[in-house]
Amino acid sequence: MSQGPQDRPAFGLKSAEIGVALAFFALGALVVYDSARLGAKWAEDGPQTGYFPFYIGLIICVSAVLNLVRGLRMRPERDIGFVEVGQLKLVLSVLIPAAIYAAAIGWIGIYVASALFIGFFMRWLGKYAWWKVALVGIGNSVFFFLVFEGWFRIPLPKGPLEALLGLN
Amino acid sequence: MDELQSLAHGFAVALSLKNIALMFVGVVLGVIIGVLPGLGGANGVAILLPLTFGMAQLPGGTTSAIILLSCIYWGALFGGAITSILFNIPGEPWSVATTFDGYPLAQKGRAGEALAAAFTSSFVGAFVAVIVITFLSPVVAKFALEFGPPEFFSVYLLTFCAFIGMSKEPPFKTLASMMLGFALAAVGTDPVTGTLRLTFGSMHLLTGFDFLVAVIGLFGIGEILLTLEEGLAFKGTSAKLNLKVVIETWKELPKYWLTSIRSSAVGCFMGIVPGGATPASFMSYGVARRFSPDGDKFGTGMVEGVVAPETAAHAAGTSALLPMITLGVPGSPTAAVLLGGLLIWGLQPGPLLFIEQKDFVWGLIASMYLGNIAGLIVVLTCVPLFAAILRVPFSVIAPVILVICAIGAYTVHNAMFDVWMMVVFGVLGYLFKKLQYPLAPLVLAIVLGDRAESSFRQAMLMSQGEVSVFFSNTLVGSITTLALVLLAWPLVTWAVKRVRGD
Repeated sequence: MSQGPQDRPAFGLKSAEIGVALAFFALGALVVYDSARLGAKWAEDGPQTGYFPFYIGLIICVSAVLNLVRGLRMRPERDIGFVEVGQLKLVLSVLIPAAIYAAAIGWIGIYVASALFIGFFMRWLGKYAWWKVALVGIGNSVFFFLVFEGWFRIPLPKGPLEALLGLN
Repeated sequence: MDELQSLAHGFAVALSLKNIALMFVGVVLGVIIGVLPGLGGANGVAILLPLTFGMAQLPGGTTSAIILLSCIYWGALFGGAITSILFNIPGEPWSVATTFDGYPLAQKGRAGEALAAAFTSSFVGAFVAVIVITFLSPVVAKFALEFGPPEFFSVYLLTFCAFIGMSKEPPFKTLASMMLGFALAAVGTDPVTGTLRLTFGSMHLLTGFDFLVAVIGLFGIGEILLTLEEGLAFKGTSAKLNLKVVIETWKELPKYWLTSIRSSAVGCFMGIVPGGATPASFMSYGVARRFSPDGDKFGTGMVEGVVAPETAAHAAGTSALLPMITLGVPGSPTAAVLLGGLLIWGLQPGPLLFIEQKDFVWGLIASMYLGNIAGLIVVLTCVPLFAAILRVPFSVIAPVILVICAIGAYTVHNAMFDVWMMVVFGVLGYLFKKLQYPLAPLVLAIVLGDRAESSFRQAMLMSQGEVSVFFSNTLVGSITTLALVLLAWPLVTWAVKRVRGD
């Protein structure tokens, strides 16, 4: 049975395991390095600042090596796809806009960014009519504006549009 | 019977109009959170926690705040069953076992029966656990009053070793994930000397990583990404739940009294020992299948197969609060978030709470009784409404959930940096879930990291650096030994397997 291009694995499980284990090791090494810099020994007044994190970092490194070995020794028949191409596309189609959204909040404020984000999603993935897109996108932001700024009095990040409307 | 007197006092605190209204609000919010993919007990409470900062400032406000948040938790526990039975999607990890028999029942057109059985047994499980909390927690708290730093550290050690010993995931992955949590907790200011560490000169890292942001990212964003892989549409059966079905089911349920008792016991035990609701539900399902006369029919749609995991999951989820309020050691991620809430409101979780904050503790315990009754009423009457939420297309609900997560992450410290970290934790959560790195120990380590480190260092100061302080008396010695046994448990099972030649 031939596989469609969408079902083809984008990454193998093995490479994902190895990649994550290596990342863990790098992080552990970083923690060990910084803790050693601060002093991870026993001073006269007790353990130094780096004492506890030093060993934490060390354990991360050791368990990362063991997980790495486990990943490397994985039998080929168990090395099934970590994620299929079609799945990865779907995941990225949410992740990338979400990352852009998170970055945009700082410039244009959370309300405008949220309306655009929801609108983009509904239009692009859901293929909704424009009036529905506008209704949900704007309605959602108005709702959250009333709840946070009005009811709870918690200011959320605002941008040029709010300044224009005098809502700051 | 001091407990009953205190409990009566607790009811007097909890039974104000405002608190009862908050209970219903909490339960409804909780069920919605439990039903929605990407929102669950832990991150739902995490998102709503910043909203209670203001509430907790008022006199008696901390009690109202904890009532609201704990009722969200109860609601989420109930909500998980709805999606499992109607849509075969476990809304929460602890409802996975509920799908085994719940969804087949729904396919046979017996969804109402399955739902009524699930809700009722959830209620029973939670109720048993609350009774356990009522009578056991004052005893544990009294006992824990004698604890010094070595004892506290040994309890933390036990908690974390239990994760390694009892988790289904590979032990070294559990260890790696847990230690990552400790490392993240160590970032920022050293709790003992005030020195900066692991900040690498970044301003944003001065205050360290907030576990609330981590929880929102790991459980919220990560879960949405995972759900996406399954495609964009949910297909479910419809639910008809009327009074007649409920009463019919209630007539049938007493037959399963033994399963209920067994499941409650498994649940309470697993909740107090930090095993958590998820393994409890699986274990209880397995035990029920083995002991039931209809065991071989499990998986084809047996009511008993719904009763067992639901009872245990709720018993565990509820009793996870016992170590949280008595020792300051949460048994589950959601309990960890609630513990974080206590700290933010300025309460010190631990045995002193039972002396200094009687209103708070007993108000909370009384609210557990009332909240679960409120929960049962809400879910039995409003199932079709909640099921309708899942019929909202994913392309609408997913971005809205993401927006809610972003707002939640921002409001923790009013910092944009947290929103970006949330996305990073989301990717981490997705990778970890797929590669079987457990998330619960990671979250617990972020929450408890500073406290565990402080107690360790204080203990070491007391003993001049002698590790033998953790065996210096029977109490601390036995807890430490138990912890080490649990830590070595995977090794033991591995060795046994080897010897038997499997």
